[in-house]
Amino acid sequence: MSPQLEIQLVASIVAAACALPGVFLILRRMAMMSDAISHSILLGIAVGFFLVGHTGHPLLIALAAASGILTVSLVEMLINTRRVREDAAIGLVFPVLFSIGVILISRFAGDVHLDVDAVLLGELAFAPFNRMTVLGLHLPQGVWVMGSILFVNLLFIALFYKELKLATFDPALAAALGFSPVLLHYGLMSVVSITAVGAFDHVGSILVVALMIAPPASAYLLTHSLPRMLGLSLLFGVAAAIGGYWLARFLDANIAGAMASMTGVFFLLTLLLAPEQGLLARSRQRRRRRRRFAVEMLLVHLSRHENEPEAGTENSLAHLVEELKWQPNFAQAAVYNAQAEAFVQRQNGLLLLTEQGRQTAQRVLAR
Amino acid sequence: MDSLFDFLLLIFTDYTLRTVTLGAMILGLVSGLLGSFAVLRKQSLLGDAMSHAALPGVVIAFILTGSKAPLVLMLGALAAGWLGALLVQLVVDQTRIPQDSVLGIVLAVFFGVGLVLLTWVQRQGSANQSGLDTFLFGRAAALVMRDVWAMAGVGGAGLLLVGLFWKEFKLLSFDPDFAATLGFPVGLLNVLLTTLIVVAVVVGLQTVGVVLMSAMIVAPAAGARQWTDRLDRMVLLAALFGALAGMSGALISSLSRGLPTGPMVVLCASLLVGISLLFAPNRGLVGAWLRQQRNHRQLRRSAVLEALYGLALSHGDATHAHQLGAVRAAIPGVDVRRTLAALESDGLARGHGGDLWGLTPAGAEEAQRELHRFERHGLDELPTRPSSYPFSAEIDPAEVVK
Repeated sequence: MSPQLEIQLVASIVAAACALPGVFLILRRMAMMSDAISHSILLGIAVGFFLVGHTGHPLLIALAAASGILTVSLVEMLINTRRVREDAAIGLVFPVLFSIGVILISRFAGDVHLDVDAVLLGELAFAPFNRMTVLGLHLPQGVWVMGSILFVNLLFIALFYKELKLATFDPALAAALGFSPVLLHYGLMSVVSITAVGAFDHVGSILVVALMIAPPASAYLLTHSLPRMLGLSLLFGVAAAIGGYWLARFLDANIAGAMASMTGVFFLLTLLLAPEQGLLARSRQRRRRRRRFAVEMLLVHLSRHENEPEAGTENSLAHLVEELKWQPNFAQAAVYNAQAEAFVQRQNGLLLLTEQGRQTAQRVLAR
Repeated sequence: MDSLFDFLLLIFTDYTLRTVTLGAMILGLVSGLLGSFAVLRKQSLLGDAMSHAALPGVVIAFILTGSKAPLVLMLGALAAGWLGALLVQLVVDQTRIPQDSVLGIVLAVFFGVGLVLLTWVQRQGSANQSGLDTFLFGRAAALVMRDVWAMAGVGGAGLLLVGLFWKEFKLLSFDPDFAATLGFPVGLLNVLLTTLIVVAVVVGLQTVGVVLMSAMIVAPAAGARQWTDRLDRMVLLAALFGALAGMSGALISSLSRGLPTGPMVVLCASLLVGISLLFAPNRGLVGAWLRQQRNHRQLRRSAVLEALYGLALSHGDATHAHQLGAVRAAIPGVDVRRTLAALESDGLARGHGGDLWGLTPAGAEEAQRELHRFERHGLDELPTRPSSYPFSAEIDPAEVVK
């Protein structure tokens, strides 16, 4: 396989592995926890590095995942004191662990192959250099490591799908039925930690957050169903990975940064264009509702004055502007729309209801 | 002492140390003061998002102007952070995506864009770009007086705005709905407050970097919150904590190689939070624990007194002694022996030997008083005989009328 293809493969696997737990982070309103975890794993990586001397060791992953869990439990401990709120608790905990990690690294690892920049930024371009042979397949190490993590994430979601779904949408019922929300919570947090740890040397710990949150958020704008949201998140993630790779190649820039930028582009596009919840669709809905309301208002007004002696003056276009306090343009548009739907006819300057218009007015009044 | 004095003298004589200490103090002061509003308004993580979001602004400002003057870069950071905050507001208002997710997206995506631009600029080969990446992780040691002046200027402008809109911000922090009904332009004030948080972020970026900047927004304010319920005191205390953390962090990091300033400042600030959480009067956890222990002790004493009294009354003698086991059976779950020992040392109970315990006359009186008090509050009467309380013979109608 060419290095180009291999980088895209690793990037896609990373993106897919991140997107899966991200769905539940969003739904459970814990997105910022991924930010906290992905920063504090630096402490675990630093400690593990001093114990074994290089970064490829499984102990590092275990320790880093442990520092992720430590973050979660410290945050919860702080919240339980009821002295600080959740957002402040998160904002207090991870900088401490991160700072300790940075100090450890800069104090004791001055000239070894571990620096903060690498952990925070990652470098996907190096993925093909670090290879590993498993089952006779000679592939980049990232494919194996992230592939296993993706598999674990898939397994976790498949095994606990029902429980996760219930605990996410109705935690009280889940607890009443005997599922332990605490256990699921920590399970999910472990999965997030492991994913963040595995992903950091490729995309860096800050951009992990983009891959975890942005694709599921885009999917959330498109669907109400959990399975579809999972599928769409995977799709967005992988598309951002491949798109990001080519963007980075084009600009000769950092690949992970470009992947994160692409997740942002996809999010902006769905935010604008999503069929139901997109900004454009919503403004169109608002406009349509306003037009509908204006037409109904016009019909009711006409029907009220239909058989009165003043009908001659009441039911003119000019009067609408005066009595309903409508702008002339708006009144004209309302009349035009009502005519288009055959609710109203114009006869020598007067607005007359059609039979259909009369019935609609009755219906509106009865509502 | 001599060496400490020499060390403190260094602050005034050593240019680098003085600059870094001054910069860290200004950063702590500004972020503590402005961060108070973020913490009170449950927007602690906004600082985190804004500091990451500022990165593309820094790079774009450099690309557009070719200048690395601190004020230019700060303005770029300000613009990008502000755009990020606006986007967060827009998405939260218009969609069902929760706020923290939007913060995460803005944080990471802006940072990613910044990284792309930064690496792009670096590979353009312009020699002038070096040093831009100090904004990533902060490099306090690289601060020069020009930076400190810029920080002081931008921070001072922020503080001035807080002073001007003090009343409005106070109301907005505690009761935004009330502020709206009073006719304050809440939307505009919200934008202004968010802008101020971005200002605080921008002031600190170069010193502590994007990751740790969020801690400087949250920590001094969260610590100060524990000591007082008044906004003015909290804000001043947060500024003080921030400046203190900045100073001590900068000084400690100058003691030895490999103690980077940013993380040291953050650790100092977090230490202050820890101390505040534990030892602040009223809200401090240690104080709360001690109060709880005292309450428990008091309740145990009352329970044992009343149990002994109740047992004794059935013998017609308030000081009649009983076996320890009988007392235990009357009030399960109470550490009877320890409590009896405490009561004995206060002269309220007396051991008759062989685990036999009875009240002293003083103890009997105390028990009677306690029972009376409970009765008056209706605590043990209400559940079983609800009607007895209001018509209790102890309340003289004439007294009530008078």
